Formats: sequence, C-alpha cells, structure tokens
Amino acid sequence: MEILGHLSDGIWLSLQPINLGLILIGVTLGLFIGAMPGLGSVNGVAILLPVTFLVPPSSAIIFLAAIYYGAMYGGAISSITLGIPGASTAVATTFDGRPLALKGKASLALVTAALASFVGGTVSNVLFTGFAPLLAHVALSFGPPEIFALMLLAFATFVGLGGDDIPKTILSICMGLVFAAVGFDEISGEPRLVFFNISGFMHGINFLVLAIGVYGLGEMIWTIESTRGEMTTTDAKMSLKTVVADSKTAAREGWRGTAIGSLLGFFVGILPAAGATPGSLMSYGVTKMVSRKPEEFGKGAVDGVAAPEAANNSASTGAMLPMLTLGIPGSPTTAILLGGMVIWGMTPGPRLFTDEPAFVWGLIGSFYVSNVFALLINLAFIPVFIWMLRMPFTILAPLIFVLSVVGGYAATADMHDVWLMLGFGFGAYALRKLDYPLAPAVLAIVLGPIAEPTLRQSLLLSSGDPMIFINRPIAGPITIIALILIFLPLINLIRKKMVAQA
Amino acid sequence: MKSTKRLLIGLIGATALSGMFASASLAWEPTKPVDFVIMAGAGGGADQIARFLQSVAEKKDLTSRPLVPNNKGGGSGAEALIALNTASDPDHTILVTLNSFFTTPLRQTALGIDIQTFTPVAMMGVDPFVLWVHKDSGITTFEQWLETVKAANGEYVMGGTGKGAEDSLVITFIEQNFGVKIKYIPYKGGGAVAKDLAGQQIMATVNNPSETKGFYASGDVVPLLQFSDERMANFPDIPTMKEKGKDFSYYNQRAVVGAPGMSADAATYFQDLFKTIYNTTEWQDYMQSESLSPLWLDADKQRAYWATQVANHKELLAKMGE
Repeated sequence: MEILGHLSDGIWLSLQPINLGLILIGVTLGLFIGAMPGLGSVNGVAILLPVTFLVPPSSAIIFLAAIYYGAMYGGAISSITLGIPGASTAVATTFDGRPLALKGKASLALVTAALASFVGGTVSNVLFTGFAPLLAHVALSFGPPEIFALMLLAFATFVGLGGDDIPKTILSICMGLVFAAVGFDEISGEPRLVFFNISGFMHGINFLVLAIGVYGLGEMIWTIESTRGEMTTTDAKMSLKTVVADSKTAAREGWRGTAIGSLLGFFVGILPAAGATPGSLMSYGVTKMVSRKPEEFGKGAVDGVAAPEAANNSASTGAMLPMLTLGIPGSPTTAILLGGMVIWGMTPGPRLFTDEPAFVWGLIGSFYVSNVFALLINLAFIPVFIWMLRMPFTILAPLIFVLSVVGGYAATADMHDVWLMLGFGFGAYALRKLDYPLAPAVLAIVLGPIAEPTLRQSLLLSSGDPMIFINRPIAGPITIIALILIFLPLINLIRKKMVAQA
Repeated sequence: MKSTKRLLIGLIGATALSGMFASASLAWEPTKPVDFVIMAGAGGGADQIARFLQSVAEKKDLTSRPLVPNNKGGGSGAEALIALNTASDPDHTILVTLNSFFTTPLRQTALGIDIQTFTPVAMMGVDPFVLWVHKDSGITTFEQWLETVKAANGEYVMGGTGKGAEDSLVITFIEQNFGVKIKYIPYKGGGAVAKDLAGQQIMATVNNPSETKGFYASGDVVPLLQFSDERMANFPDIPTMKEKGKDFSYYNQRAVVGAPGMSADAATYFQDLFKTIYNTTEWQDYMQSESLSPLWLDADKQRAYWATQVANHKELLAKMGE
C-alpha cells in the first residue's frame, strides 16, 4: 500500500502544469525524433540534455524520459511507412510492418504498433512500480555466463526466423557475427579486423548503418526492380471508423505478440548489458516460434509488428531500473540520462529510492502519464503518416534514398559509414536475389557484441571449462532450452527422413 | 551519436554566423562549434566527466560557440588520437583524455602518434584508484585480503577494464610485489565491473571511487586500500599502498588537450576557458563528491608531466610483459 501512496504522489507531481507541459512537448519531440531515420532516443536525449538546466531535476528527468518514451513510439513510423528503421529499436518492426504497408494495410500496422507500445509500456510500468528493488537483485545475479546463455537462446529462436532454409540462416548469422567483430577487441584491448587500415573501421560497424543499408536502401532497390516504379505504395484512407476496426484486428491478431513482447522486453531491458534493441529482436523471434502461423512472419503478420513494438517500450522502462537502482545504464540512452542525473547532483545507485523519493516516484508517475499521451498523440498523427505514403513512388524513392544517406551519416558523423551503408544496401539486394534471409544477420550484429565478451569472460572464469553454462543455477536451464531449440530442426529433419524411408 | 547534435548546432551556428561579423573582438574566439572529442564510449567515467565539463560551460555561458561532445572510444582510445592527429581544423578540436593517452601510443606503435605534438590545455584533476571487495567476503584489511588471494592459489577472480588498462597495471603491480596470482576478467567499462562486484560475479576490483560510489554508499562493497599518495578526504580510514611500504601510487588523469598544430591564440583561449571551469564551484564540488584529487598544471608543466607519465607507463607495461 505504501507503494500506491508513493505512486499517486508521483502521478500527481507529473500532472503539475510545468511537468505536464514538458511531457507533452517531450513526447511529441520524441515521436518525431524517433521517426527520423538515424536519429533515435539517444540523440534526442543528448541534444536536449542542456535544456534541462532551466528546470528542477525532477522536471528535467520527466522531460527526458518523455522524449525516450515518444521515440520508442516514433521509431515504428518510418519502419512501417518507408521501410527504413527509424531507430535501432524499431528494426524488427520493419520485418512485418513494411509488408503490411505494401499490402495497403499501413493504418493497421501503425495502429497495432501504437496499441502494442501502450500495452508494453503499461505492463512494464506496473512491474517497475511493484518490484523495482527485487528486480535489481535479479539483474545483479546475471553474470557473464547467464547473459551468454540468454544470447544463445536468442540465436536459437532466430534459427527459425529465416524460413526453412537453415544453412542459409546460419550463414547469415555468421556474416553478422563477423561484422560485429570489426573494430576493437575489448578482451585483449587491441584493434582487430580494421580492413585496409581505414580508421573508420576502428569504431566498429554501427548496427544502424547495416540496418539502414539493408532495409532502407536494399528494400528500395528491390521494390524498384520488382515493380518497375509502377506502384503507389498504398491508398489507405483514415477515419475514426477505420481506427476502431484496425484496433479490433490488432487486438485479435496481435495479442500474442504483445503479451510476449511486453514481458520479455521488460526482462531483457533490466539486464544492464542488453537494452531495447535486443529485447525487441528476441521478442520477435520468440513470437514467431510460438505462433500457429510462423509462415506468415516476414510477409505481414500483425503479431510481427506487435511483438517488437510492445518489447521496445517495455524494455525502455526496464532499462531505467538498473540505472536508478544500481547506477548502471541498461541502454545507450539511459547512459546519457545517468550522466544527466550526476550533473543535477543525484547519486544513482542503491540509495536513490530512499534518498530522493520525490525524484524517483515523480519519474515513475510520469511513465504512466507519458504513456497515455504518447498513445493519443501517436494515434492523432497517423493520418499524416499515411498521407506521406500516398506520394507517388517516384517521389518516395528519392526521399528514402536521401533519408538513408542522412541516417547513415547521423549515426556516427563519419562519411566512411555512408559508403559502408551504400555497400550494405547493394549487398543486401544481391543476397536477397539469392534468397538469403537478412534478419538473422541484423540480429547477429546486435547480439554479437554482447555474446562474444560474455562467452570469453565465462570461459576465463571457468579456466576454459564449458560446463560453466550448465552448472550454474540460472545459466543451466537457459542453455539447455537453447540447445534443444537449435537441434530441434535437425531432429525433425532426421525423423522425416526416417519416416520417408520406412 | 552526439555528432547529430554537432550537425544540428552546426546548422544553427551557420545561420547565426552572418550576424557575428559585427561583434569581432581582439582576442581569438571559436568561430564554429568546437569538436569536443571524448576518448571513451558513452556512459563511462571519462564520458561523465566530459559531459559535466561541457554542462558547466553551457550553464555559465562561457563559450561563444558550444562544445559538442563526440565519443570516440574505439581501439582503447586509438580512434580519438587519430581523429585529433588528422583534425581538419585543429583550432576547433579538443580532447578529454585518460591514461590511455599515454598507454595506447606505447602499445600500438603502428599508429605513429607522438603525444608531445599535442597541445596542452588543462589538467582538471586526477582520479585515484581503490581496491574493493564485496562485504559478504568478510574481508576488512589488506593483509586479510592477501591471505585469501594466496589461499585461492590462482583462482582468485578480479575484474577490470582490460589488459593494459589502468586497473590492470595496478593489479599486475600487486601480483609482482606480493607474490600472488590473480585471475583477471576484462570488462567493457568501469560501471560493468562495479556491477559484477556488487553481484559477486567477481571477488575484487581496482576501480575509481566515482564508478563504485553507489554501491559503497549502500554498503555492498568495502574499500581496502587506496593507491593515492595520501589518504583521500572521503576515505580517511583506509590505508594507502605507500603506508604498506611500497612506493607506488596510481591515478587516472582527467585532462584536456588540443589537436596538434593548434594555433597559440586558440590554445590560450582554451587554457583560459578550462581554468575558468576549473575554478567554478560546480567543478570543485564535483571533484569533492567524486573523490577526484585536484591537480592544476599549466601548459609547460603538463608537457613535463606527460614525459614522466610516458616513462612510468613504459616501465609498467614492460613489467607486464607487453
């Protein structure tokens, strides 16, 4: 009951005129920042951090959290309407959101994204409110072996992601892993795979550069070839009636993805190593795996939009948890928020809840308020986004090209990455012609930098004994489930062969 | 990522530029946003300090053009050093450094970086190191800790930020001078190291107080020994390595340097700017709360400091077998 008292104080605080105003501005700004390819919540929060010196810390954090929240909603918009991931957290949304838009169901995809985001946000807010200190302990009990086991599980769910061609899926994963290894080896402290000594490879291959190349540019070339420019993308109309109808469809077909995304996203989000991008990709994989119609994924499944969108909102709240309770950022954006809190004179860490209750509960209260406003503002803007889609493809294609180039540059401010992005675009087109699935490569470049160091740390801990992944109480069951999932298709294949022979 | 900010502010700056010619003054001032390169990724100790410095400049309106943070943490800071070495506009490019400023050019000689070509701007303070254990280990003194490490027979696990990194040099010093063997697990940053000590994934760390502060305040971790010359004000009861009879102290430098080839006028401007920031109550309070030791050095003294640090690190790295 004490928690409810704190929470109502917090909500009351965030409904104060100044805070409410900041929430509205923050959510709207975040929505557009998230929708701009290459700009994500990280950039939004970093750009606007200095502005927050003008207001008290509790209002400042509410403002920044509102941007963070809005950006999670906004990322879906360009993923769906243009096929360019608006932010790294929305990459998985392109997998099914884009095909839905091409089928003329852009409004359904956008409504699904908004509703799933809302549910994901709400579920994680409730979990956060009720169990924050307890969950901080869970996060601490995840050492390198546990995190590696979790990554293995994520890869296992994705072996099923590439359709039925398992060898091609595994090759795609390996390609992503090689790209993920470029740059700097944090275990030995040496640069590695710096091709031709080009210093641009030293900071590694930014995941967003790959994603924009593959989904923005590669997709555009593919569309031009397959339609010869003869298409207008969609001519969907919007009215209150269609929103209601779409909401019903979204609820009917997307509940499973929403539920999985909300819970899994939150859990992955609270682990300090991960963040919202792995959370949304893993939720997509798991939802596809448990779906009754996995063959529809990648072709416009409502669940395929709901899962990553529920997960990225849920994970963004989750990532606040280690930041507030342990002083450790769960995602790049929370790293900047953490810096902000230090500048405002707070000490994030185990004592923050007791030392600064008004600050913490004001922030938690603002999550609830921001979530409601983000949903309403997002729904209100959907007709504008749909209108964008009605542009003829001859205008849309150059627009996608320009946004891809800008997005590729914005990610690191290095021309090197623009060339790299162009290379990935053409490479992706060629691979698609050869029928290689590309989502697994994208997953690998996100999870590779988490999986590799944790694998090596674990083996250093155990002096090279791989049983460390089986012996530990949390890592063990996760590893075993992952191994079963990886070998299941193989066992099925052998069984089919035996049946065929018999 | 921060670069986007540079982009946006650049645009704003460009539009404002037209009105600027009227207000030309005698002293050199930046004519465009300053590239404020950080030798570490977002979120770590070095990054937090850089952002704090920038926020003080912003809050007090000390610069005519903004300092725009630009994280270049790749290759143990090699990426940042290369960026400065090849800066197209040295007058508008400065770098926030840590000790990889000394170690990375020594370890990666192929980079061809000579730090003496860089332009000294300001030494903002030094960050001392402390040996930490988890409270559940029951260890309260350095001697007790040594016994435990010896008894573990090479199986005692410590975490740090990587081979050749600051903390690993301190740990190697302990190994070589006290005849113990430690299993060293590298992590990406000091924050991750502190978290895994609190979660008891590792048994001890050598970490800056700023990165362990939260867990120290909550009582989860216990300091055993400090590697500063004298006991720090925030840790009056913790002995130093010098008190244990070894003449050894180790600090992480928190300094700002300019790109090679920076003009003397620009160097003077930045030296004055960071001197002003150094003297603000904000920075003085920050140093106190984060347990940084004040160490103001002017430009000439900084060059001498660099030379001794390079010599020291050469020796430490050689002992490590690097």
